[in-house]
Amino acid sequence: MSRKTPEPVQVVKQRRDEMLKSLVENIPYINYMCISFDRRGDELTAILPFRENLIGNPMLPALHGGVTSGLLEVTAIVGLAWSSLWQDMESGAIEANPADTSALPRMPKTIDFTIDYLRSGLPRDAYARAIVTRAGRRYASVRTEAWQDNRSRPFAQAHGHFLMPQRDD
Amino acid sequence: MDNSKSIDPIQFMEALPHGKALGMQLIELGDGTAVLGLPYDKRFVGDPETGVIHGGPISALMDTCCGASVMSHPEVMGITATIDLRIDYMRAAKPGDTIVARAECHHVTRSVAFVRAVAEDSNSNTPVATATGTFMVGKSK
Repeated sequence: MSRKTPEPVQVVKQRRDEMLKSLVENIPYINYMCISFDRRGDELTAILPFRENLIGNPMLPALHGGVTSGLLEVTAIVGLAWSSLWQDMESGAIEANPADTSALPRMPKTIDFTIDYLRSGLPRDAYARAIVTRAGRRYASVRTEAWQDNRSRPFAQAHGHFLMPQRDD
Repeated sequence: MDNSKSIDPIQFMEALPHGKALGMQLIELGDGTAVLGLPYDKRFVGDPETGVIHGGPISALMDTCCGASVMSHPEVMGITATIDLRIDYMRAAKPGDTIVARAECHHVTRSVAFVRAVAEDSNSNTPVATATGTFMVGKSK
């Protein structure tokens, strides 16, 4: 009985990191916000580094509600695109090319997005993770949570529905 | 407009660093209504192939506009905090267009304000997005 030799770890990491890079790097708004993604296996954590111009209320001071919702929506869209590409990426059906992303499927489109502001966002880095709760062919449901100091005390949560890009085949 | 609540549009944005960073403009403030504009900026694009603006800046515009309509309401005292905000995206905003949001704070209780808002570009037949939100407030008596 011959078993398939596992791929070298560098090959696996490079394939996944390049795919993530090509998903994220071409979107101007993600770059503008300086949001990056930390990847552990298939789990993504969005990181939003604090900057003064993210403040909404200088008296408190607190993050602007639009910063919080922007972080949550970016996390949801990238998380959804990432999970829908995962299988084709792992099988080699889709290959990432950060220089030319035209071969990748289009990003999901937001149908609606509801944000709960649980506590005010502090003037420091924020993190977010998304969970795809329904991954259909036509639309998907995604939940997102954002936290700062304590993972168990999220400062905002959101859920939304997204239209999936239709594949041409 | 109620003179006791007069707010200087420039001061209003100066007090909102992120609103200012996005280039948001306060166009009009009434009794429980607000109109804000967000000029097109390539840095806020969400789809590089079409140049369409990302949902993030639109929700920032909606949140600010809804909050401004609450603060301009004659029965509301002081500042507000968003409890929740739902945004429905009807269609992609036309690249190059300023997005204008209009919010109306249609009901205020002792502690909660209810708001609805609409965002449009130059094609005003169908809105780009609509929003509904609730805000914590202190009511003046």
